[in-house]
Amino acid sequence: MLKRLLTVQKVLGLLLVLFSFSMLPPAVVALLYGDGALLPFLYAFALILGIGALNWVIAIRASHELRVRDGFLVVVLFWVVLGLSGAIPFWLSPEPELSITDSVFESLSGLTTTGATVILRIDGLPHSMLWYRQQLQWLGGMGIIVLAVAVLPMLGIGGMQLYRAETPGPMKDTKLNPRITETAKALWYIYLGLTISCALAYWLAGMSGFDAIGHAFSTIAIGGFSTHDASMGYFDSTLIEMIAVVFMLLAGMNFALHFIALRRRTPVIYTQDSELRFYLFLMILVTIIVTLALFYTNTYIDWEDSFTQALFQTVSIGTTTGFTTDAFYYWPPFIEILLLFLAFVGGCAGSTGGGIKVIRFLLLIKQGLREIGRLIHPNAQLPVRIGGKVVSHRVVDAVWGFFSLYVATFTLMYLALAATGLDLLTAFSAVAACINNLGPGLGTVGAHYYDMHDAGIWILCVAMLLGRLEIFTLLVLFSPAFWRR
Amino acid sequence: MHWRAILRLFGILLLLYSISFLPSILVSLWYADGQWPAFATSLLITVSAGLILWLSNLRKRHPLSVRDGFLIVTLFWAVLGMLGALPFIIGLNWDIADAVFESISGFTTTGATVIEEIDRLPKSILYHRQQIQWLGGMGVIVLAVAILPLLGVGGMQLYRAETSGVAKHEKPTPRIAETARALWTLYFALTAACALSFWIAGMSTFDAIGHAFTTVATGGFSTHDASIAYFDSIAIELIASFFMLAGGINFVIHFLAWRKRNLWLYLNDTEVSAYLLIFLGGVLAVSISLFLAAAYPSFLEALRHGSFQVASILTSTGFSTATFGLWPLQIPLLLIMLSFTGGCGGSTAGGIKVLRVLILLKLGLRQLKQLTHPHALINVKIGQRPIMEDVLFSIWGFYVLYVIVCLGLTLAMMAAGLDLESAIGAVVATVNLLGPGLGVVATTFAEVDDVVKWLGVFGMLAGRLEIFTLLILFLPAYWRH
Amino acid sequence: MKIIILGAGQVGTSVAANLVNEANDITVVDTSAQRLRELADRFDLRTLQGHGAQPDVLMRAGGEDAEMIIAVTNSDETNMVACQVAYTLFHTPTKIARVRAQGFLDHHQALFGGDAFNIDVTISPEQLVTDYILRLIQNPGALQVTDFANGRVRLVAVRAYYGGPLVGHELRALYDHMPHIDARVAAIYRQDRAIQPEGDTVIEADDEVFFVAAPKHIRSVMSELRRLDKPYKRLIFAGGGNIGTRLARVTERNFRVKVIESDLERCKHIAEALERTIVLHGDAADEELLLEENIEDTDVFCAVTNDDEANILSAMLAKRLGARKVMALINRTAYVDLVQSGPIDVAISPQQATIGSLLKHVRRGDVVMVHSLRRGAAEAIEAVAHGDQGSSKVVGRPIEAINLPKGASIGAIVRGDEVLIAHHDTFIESEDHVILFLQDRLRVPEVEKLFQVGVTFF
Repeated sequence: MLKRLLTVQKVLGLLLVLFSFSMLPPAVVALLYGDGALLPFLYAFALILGIGALNWVIAIRASHELRVRDGFLVVVLFWVVLGLSGAIPFWLSPEPELSITDSVFESLSGLTTTGATVILRIDGLPHSMLWYRQQLQWLGGMGIIVLAVAVLPMLGIGGMQLYRAETPGPMKDTKLNPRITETAKALWYIYLGLTISCALAYWLAGMSGFDAIGHAFSTIAIGGFSTHDASMGYFDSTLIEMIAVVFMLLAGMNFALHFIALRRRTPVIYTQDSELRFYLFLMILVTIIVTLALFYTNTYIDWEDSFTQALFQTVSIGTTTGFTTDAFYYWPPFIEILLLFLAFVGGCAGSTGGGIKVIRFLLLIKQGLREIGRLIHPNAQLPVRIGGKVVSHRVVDAVWGFFSLYVATFTLMYLALAATGLDLLTAFSAVAACINNLGPGLGTVGAHYYDMHDAGIWILCVAMLLGRLEIFTLLVLFSPAFWRR
Repeated sequence: MHWRAILRLFGILLLLYSISFLPSILVSLWYADGQWPAFATSLLITVSAGLILWLSNLRKRHPLSVRDGFLIVTLFWAVLGMLGALPFIIGLNWDIADAVFESISGFTTTGATVIEEIDRLPKSILYHRQQIQWLGGMGVIVLAVAILPLLGVGGMQLYRAETSGVAKHEKPTPRIAETARALWTLYFALTAACALSFWIAGMSTFDAIGHAFTTVATGGFSTHDASIAYFDSIAIELIASFFMLAGGINFVIHFLAWRKRNLWLYLNDTEVSAYLLIFLGGVLAVSISLFLAAAYPSFLEALRHGSFQVASILTSTGFSTATFGLWPLQIPLLLIMLSFTGGCGGSTAGGIKVLRVLILLKLGLRQLKQLTHPHALINVKIGQRPIMEDVLFSIWGFYVLYVIVCLGLTLAMMAAGLDLESAIGAVVATVNLLGPGLGVVATTFAEVDDVVKWLGVFGMLAGRLEIFTLLILFLPAYWRH
Repeated sequence: MKIIILGAGQVGTSVAANLVNEANDITVVDTSAQRLRELADRFDLRTLQGHGAQPDVLMRAGGEDAEMIIAVTNSDETNMVACQVAYTLFHTPTKIARVRAQGFLDHHQALFGGDAFNIDVTISPEQLVTDYILRLIQNPGALQVTDFANGRVRLVAVRAYYGGPLVGHELRALYDHMPHIDARVAAIYRQDRAIQPEGDTVIEADDEVFFVAAPKHIRSVMSELRRLDKPYKRLIFAGGGNIGTRLARVTERNFRVKVIESDLERCKHIAEALERTIVLHGDAADEELLLEENIEDTDVFCAVTNDDEANILSAMLAKRLGARKVMALINRTAYVDLVQSGPIDVAISPQQATIGSLLKHVRRGDVVMVHSLRRGAAEAIEAVAHGDQGSSKVVGRPIEAINLPKGASIGAIVRGDEVLIAHHDTFIESEDHVILFLQDRLRVPEVEKLFQVGVTFF
């Protein structure tokens, strides 16, 4: 056991070394814009590099193969360690002035692509800091892609591995790629490709170069950080909002599908995937409801506005990105709640989105309907099917188990947050926004989390981690069976 | 679908039900409150309807199938609910939404009320309200102990006497009619004991009987606006807590414990012991939180109100000695969670039911263990018995639908104009059959739109009928045969 | 003695082989002519084809004068009925039956006590194997554990590892080293040979040393021979059949137990019956599964499926992957010898367990128990000394004066509740239980004769 811990240490050391290099681009930006925030990044670079190298050197002899079970530990430590390291520039820099708690929150919010911010005035920050925030999300998204497509299924979280192994769809046929590193490479290319196209599109639509790249980062990562306080509302441009919609939708799809579509040079795969179809169906359905609601409550006067705003907000929150336009906070409350509920469903499995994932939601619904069916025909064998293929017991078990613990942890954190004094609406939306990696909540955490006290912030940090790691990865470390071998 | 046999059955039911108006007439005459014509009219209407249905289908004695069962059960509650509204409409000139809401709240033993000044109502109307909850409770007992297990709704197969932990080889008695009789006897006995205790503790006879009716039925209607707080008596609160908790326990266990004169049976049953543990845990958590938040001057005060509210909310009764929605911080939330958990199956309580919650948690924990041992075969066990896969599926499906109904209703209520807190409160009050809620509906439903009231009616029926029974009627497949 | 053996399967054949050398008159009954033919070719005995429980078959087999009937067919019911028939019709003095089904054994007293089936001895191979494995688990470091005199004396086999304090020293030193503990080395097995232990025999690393002592002294003695083993904690049983399940049920309370079973239905069944055991669905020889379940941290891996080859392979694999101690259940005797010199620590043979248990009823002269030690290193015999100085050849004499056959030595004496480790000047008294060790099993009759009582006793 100990030997494997050393290997873990070595891997993390290496990771930190790599991560330290990500401090350099912001440093370059600082130089370019002469914004005076150069030093924090250089310090951070040196510090993280040092710690990483130290750990790596200490454990350099360790070369034991890691077992699947160690994967849990690695993944959790990965996110925690990077989250803490990423907080260093925030803490060191005078602008923004953040305590350690807040720095960690902002950093985690970036890396988990949540997009919740504690910073009150984003517009006044140095460019390098703005770049850094956007970059954190972009890097986080890269990690998540690999996590979601390769690592979590391998660990067996939430039923995904068996599902993938059994569906006759893309995964089984092409076997995306046999090894994690190669799979990762392929996915990153797609990720990069999407980011570049998005940035280009933003730029052509009128954003500045800086904003275009920055927002492309957080769009494809489904993060939601913006370089402006008013988020997307700053640009007041329907064109930009629609571009965002397209790329948010794309990023919210299973990246494996993108891979296959490119490889086979045909988009037909998109129409074959049940999860994708349901995902789009949900988006369309909710958009229609919201449009109607907006129009009939006179929030907007004409259909065009109602529709575009409904579309943007639905996709933004439904994919768990979290971009907002200014007027969102004045919408009728029940629409806000409806959208928040949609965020619980989240993106597709294998994307950078959060939430419980569309496929699980689909399975749960089918399960519920099936139960009704069985009441009518008690002796019928009505297996749950997705895409025509029967879903096995094991997968269903895993999904239920996942959902059960999800609800349990959500409730606990909700209670904890309420116990710190928050009103019920704020607490609910805060936990919902963080555990689903959405970003903005409702009520007093609508625009930012600046007013949240420290205890709440830590609880929300845990929520973000739990959500990103699909609950189990973190919880399993607390189960005695895991350590008992 | 054996329509005519069903109609015949309802004819008989209506005739029987009409008898229940008689006590109200007597009370009205006794207190001379002038309401007896309303009850008499209600009785006549009910009798006529019953006679028509019965006589026109006199010879249609078809045996009824399980599928018919769903319809019957739903209609039972809906129809009786409507009829119970008659005195309100005829006697007090209420509008339909209010009357039906109040009546269904009675039959489903919810306890949510649209009335703002209960104390000023005529005695006979008050009696009528208390009585419909008591009758509703009787119906629930049979529903929960005999019918739902047969229908196999949401894991209720677990309560089948053959499979239940305590009574592995003993059904309380083998047939529904006999089972019903046995349980009703118990129910009467408990009610009588409760009424007596209340009376000794100081309530007036009228109040004692009235509150006994709604305590054992875990309904929560009171003859006073202030609910139990009106009496300001620790003794009464303790008695109420005791009988509320009793009402929340599986009546089959009461029956067995009484028959075998063995109190240990309560603790031997996994669900009951979990229920009691949850109760104790809840009391501690709430009382300590209340004390720390300085909501009450002393710990004993906090304990008094905390424990009463926990008992009331866990069992979905809804009596109050304080408006829990106004309690500080996370306490209302904790209580709402308890309300979702609910009482034991086979009792008059609402909520998801303790056994299901236990199993759901175990499912989650099993998954954790499964991650460490991917090849292991891990059973979910209650007591020593493993639970069959199809039962797990049922429970799961139930849970999903329960959540969806709650979420859907919340949204609908918000669309109807309520703010989030009130909407959640209204859903908790109705679907969990609690009674009091949060926000605007913290004490009564008097101030809300009719739309909200009708949504509330739907919620109450869904909660009482364990969701499936109601929703199934909306499926085309059901009618298609 | 005239003996009828029903069933010429593995056990029947082995029993016959064992008994035929000891001047017994044996008749073997079986339904298969071929098996009988093979038996008759190899040994000097009578064979009869037929169904063992049928009265006429028993009659023809010599039921009327048989002194013992050993029913070891594959069917419990046949065995039980045959014994009952033998008793009712022929009043056969000793009736032994093999009964496997747990259901029968659960009601042992009621069924076999005398009112129902009149069987003197029931032998359940699975029960024997389970008990044996259990004892090994409870004695970490031991390769064989046998009890005598109702558990008052214990024989333990231990491999001497480099690093133990006595490796490289003479046996005499062992006895001097622990003056307050009484123990005696009964036999040593070194590189395929049995060695008679003398005072000057030097223990070498990798020797298998058999010694006797009272149970409470066992651990200290073992620590002399090897580094003291930590108690076992993690057990894996490969095979969810009767033995595996039974073992799991008995051990799950005190150990962390995992069971591997390849049949899904069986897995479900076991998972319901067991409480704290982790039931794994998979193949015990699957390297990935073993690694996944931390085989390198496992203390005991015990392969108890029905398949010898599977047991051997999985046990070897487990050992290679790091399990501390591996055991395998092996039915075919040929394999047992093959395996014992390899990486598998303990090979358990249900046949040998059954036979050992059977043989003790067949021996004369009040021989209470006979056990074969590992690899035939020796036979361990527990015999009761009857009579007095006049009628018995052993009572009232010091050990050095007893005329033991070549290769025999006395290890310990149990007198009442007291255990006396044998020394050359220990006297044997009447009713003593004497534990002897014998290198050559052909000499067993000589030992029997030694303990027989002369005519004058009566």
